[in-house]
Amino acid sequence: MRLHCGNNMNISKCYNTKPASDGSEGCRAEERPHRAPFGCCGKVKGWLLLSPSGSLRGRVVAATIVWLLVTISFAQAQSGTPTPSPSLVEVARQVQPKIVKLYGTGGVRGLEAYQSGVLISGKGHVLTVWSYVLDADEVTVVLDDGRHFMARLVASDPLLEVAVLKFDVEHEDLPHFELSASGKAIPGERVLAFSNLFGIAVGDEPVSMLHGVVSAIAPLEARRGAFASNYRGNVYVVDAAANNPGAGGGALTDSQGRLLGMLGKELRSNVSGTWLNYALPVDAFESTVQDMLAGRFTPADLTDADRPEHPLSLAALGIVLVPDVLSRTPPYIDRVLPNSAAEAAGLRQDDLLLLIETQVANSCREAHRLVERLDQDATCRVAVLREDQFLEFTLSAASAKMPSRPNTEPPIVPAVDSAPVNGPPPQAGEK
Amino acid sequence: MKSLPRNERMPMPDRRFWMPAHKKQRPRRGTAMFLGQVLSVLLSTATGYSQEPNAAIVAAEKARIQTIERISQPTIAIFSSSGNGGGSGVIISADGYALTNFHVVAPSGAAMKVGLSDGRYVDAVLVGLDPGGDVALIKLLGKKDDFPVAQMGDSDTCRVGQWVYVVGNPFLLAEDFQPTVTYGILSGVRRYQFPAGTLLEYADCLQTDAAINPGNSGGPLFDAAGKLIGINGRGSFEKRGRVNVGVGYAISVNQIKRFVGLLKSGRIVDHGSLGATVANDVDGRVFVDDILETSDAYRRGLRYGDELVEFAGREIGSANAFKNALGTFPAGWRVPIKYRRDGKEYQTEVRLGGVHREGELEAILRGGGEAPDPKRPTPEQPKPRSEPGKPIIPKPDAPGPGEPRLPNGPPRGAAKSKRKPPIPKAVRQYYEAAPGYANYWFNRYHQQRIWNAYLAHGDFAETGWNWKIVAEGADGKGSIVIDLTEKSGSIVMPEGQSGVEFGTSLVDAMAPPRSGGLLAALHLWQRLLLVGPRKFGEVVYLGQLPFKRDGTLADCLQATHSGVEMRFYFDPENSNLVGLELYRSDEEDPCEVTFDDIRTVQGRGLPHRWTIRLGDEVFADMNVKLFEISNANGQASDDKSKTTP
Repeated sequence: MRLHCGNNMNISKCYNTKPASDGSEGCRAEERPHRAPFGCCGKVKGWLLLSPSGSLRGRVVAATIVWLLVTISFAQAQSGTPTPSPSLVEVARQVQPKIVKLYGTGGVRGLEAYQSGVLISGKGHVLTVWSYVLDADEVTVVLDDGRHFMARLVASDPLLEVAVLKFDVEHEDLPHFELSASGKAIPGERVLAFSNLFGIAVGDEPVSMLHGVVSAIAPLEARRGAFASNYRGNVYVVDAAANNPGAGGGALTDSQGRLLGMLGKELRSNVSGTWLNYALPVDAFESTVQDMLAGRFTPADLTDADRPEHPLSLAALGIVLVPDVLSRTPPYIDRVLPNSAAEAAGLRQDDLLLLIETQVANSCREAHRLVERLDQDATCRVAVLREDQFLEFTLSAASAKMPSRPNTEPPIVPAVDSAPVNGPPPQAGEK
Repeated sequence: MKSLPRNERMPMPDRRFWMPAHKKQRPRRGTAMFLGQVLSVLLSTATGYSQEPNAAIVAAEKARIQTIERISQPTIAIFSSSGNGGGSGVIISADGYALTNFHVVAPSGAAMKVGLSDGRYVDAVLVGLDPGGDVALIKLLGKKDDFPVAQMGDSDTCRVGQWVYVVGNPFLLAEDFQPTVTYGILSGVRRYQFPAGTLLEYADCLQTDAAINPGNSGGPLFDAAGKLIGINGRGSFEKRGRVNVGVGYAISVNQIKRFVGLLKSGRIVDHGSLGATVANDVDGRVFVDDILETSDAYRRGLRYGDELVEFAGREIGSANAFKNALGTFPAGWRVPIKYRRDGKEYQTEVRLGGVHREGELEAILRGGGEAPDPKRPTPEQPKPRSEPGKPIIPKPDAPGPGEPRLPNGPPRGAAKSKRKPPIPKAVRQYYEAAPGYANYWFNRYHQQRIWNAYLAHGDFAETGWNWKIVAEGADGKGSIVIDLTEKSGSIVMPEGQSGVEFGTSLVDAMAPPRSGGLLAALHLWQRLLLVGPRKFGEVVYLGQLPFKRDGTLADCLQATHSGVEMRFYFDPENSNLVGLELYRSDEEDPCEVTFDDIRTVQGRGLPHRWTIRLGDEVFADMNVKLFEISNANGQASDDKSKTTP
């Protein structure tokens, strides 16, 4: 038994064990020895937290607890000497090669141009969080051994905010996680967070590893500035400072190095305003990612799904973009209409639109499309790049005192600007 | 029972049980009571769980408590004597030498107060500074030599995932000097954290997720066995405020071990520079892309375009790896390197130059301009603090993004224009200010200590200047005769003979050819023995530097006279003189003489095996057969003038 330090305590209890994914292996106490003794409390607490209400359900729960505790004492009596499990040093060396460093866009104030990723196939598939970092034609992947690859985006899911990248590697089976062989954790379980937080590791330097426990499993209600997280499902909340800049896309594993989830982007709790440390459980994205790998995935079209009856438009906000002459013309603001919501909010000519609500506006076309997702009366949050500053604005077409003339104004935009400006005329200002 | 479906035991993956927190209702009271009863009954009957914890856990916890008790003792709380800041430190010798960060002592000047975990509160004095590596050596005052000492570990063997303890004084909480202990794992090893200008570079450092907060600066990082592996000094902070966010850095103890022997000299010690820069090429090779022709590396044969293979025994896979390895060495250190040219590998040993020019480091500390050095990267400077002399007690201000910060804030403002508090009386007797020194008192002390210890091997003060040395080559072939007087010297060798007059300048006294100035070196050796370091000229103690090719450390006295620089090396164990070096300039190889086989001549110990080197060449390797010392009248200083083997 390894006891290099009191923290690495070994405890074998059936209640902490997990069956294999097919359930056939059952209780394997010897496989789950790295467990803090408070695992039990976490377990029971977790149950109570998660238990549905109602007396019938309450009884079911109670009965289950009774049964569980009997199981615990029984298993405890049975459990023999635990087999030594790999030390954290061994786990580190086993997991680190499966984590990659990603470099893409960013680098302006407050936006790091790097994040982390997890290898999920031996052929160069990388799972990561969907973010502005990936908004590049090619993203650089740096492996644990220092090799560089250019990766392209295979698919991304804006709802889950996950993305899969692929780089080409020949004749090689890279160390990777099998999503199907990933694990699940319960509150109180010891976990490890692997990521390139703060971009500390470069080249062939291995990524950082932090330790902690699962504090809770709870729905994600969080935001970054004005942008709320699209994902609202359950996440592992951990007590390690896992979600620092650049950590998004890293791996949360159990103490054996089995993948439990993916570290999310930096977000603040809606409730407390504090920065969250959390990871998306593999369950949440496994089927989506498997679809992505199989080429079956079609991202939910947020525009169509949510398209309001009376959509908002850039024109209604008072924004005229530069002529859309390329397949992906950067959405620079060419003009801000007088007395418009954009003017009132302080947008200026030559500002580059980066985000509209939570979505990346990577072209003029996309910018129009995203704005049209909003209702004409909705407030619209945009983020722009002005010189090297990242600025956020909230625009409200409804409240801007705007004469009903934008559509009657002679178009200064040349004919090549084919961007649709097809919303109804703004009704704000019309009294 | 063994193959339970997972969902029955663990509801987590079953989405039916998952609902947002706000939609949840509390279980009814009756249910809660029922649950409570069931729990209490079952917990009391679940034998072996609540009553008899796992024996391994108990044992591990006991061991941990013992380790923490042990490592808490040498950990100290440091308070600035003006009372407006502080940090942590760790004692490394029973006579009270302790390590901390440069940025902890920078605002407090030469004197500070130290609290020990046993409740003692003592004065301490600054000894030496390594601003480049953010290390300071201090000495606890008080007559006792029973200070608790931290056991040194080996940071090169540290691995990611290892458990570690951070002990110290975060947020200056330790009113009773009982240190705070946090634990975690090593998150990274051999990390590199950019310096601020040329100061506070953390090369080859340890990264941990054990909480390191403001006030932990200067305190120890211990491994699970309680051995000192690093000195905590900085962390990555960002938008979450200046408190721990899971990323703290500690200076590797192996780096510090190299510096300690130099810091004891009271100097402001500079870091080493190879005099060459490297870059990665497209094939991933690391090649020399610039080299100073005046550097020792150039003289040892390193050239532009060569591939650097190894530095200090470490494989160099990238330019970063080189910078990481280099940053842990002091100026003047000798480091083996391996390089490749045209497919052939070469191995040599280079002497590192300094990162800063003479006086430059001191000027930076005084707050003067910092000349950018083309040899070193100069990443963005941290913004000077708006209020100079701001207390280093942490304030959660809003640092810039991604910028690694010192837990106690950059010291430059503090070091710059702060009026240092007056030095208390107890400390004043151990402090002496001098340009270039953190505390010249220690330099003087060690000069005297070394010289007095050497005198036990023989006092030459009353002997004469006339030396006759007859030797034969170590291979048994050829004889060498050296004659020295106060004014001149000559040497007769099988290759020929040569002589020199010792004038007011020895810069041109090169004789014999290809020795680098052996006769001048011997003359100055005589001078040291006859007049002693006080009257010799300008003598300083450099500290312990590697001497001989095997890296053995020796106490080095540096003495300047007649335009040349001499270095005298003394064995730290037996205080004997083990070698000389004569430098005519920084840009030329010194004449190196290594001594061995010390025998008694006229009651005084003198070396009988000499190896003389210039650069890579051995000029002579010889055994002394006859050593005669006499005064100007030709009379032996003693009856027995011959060597007594």
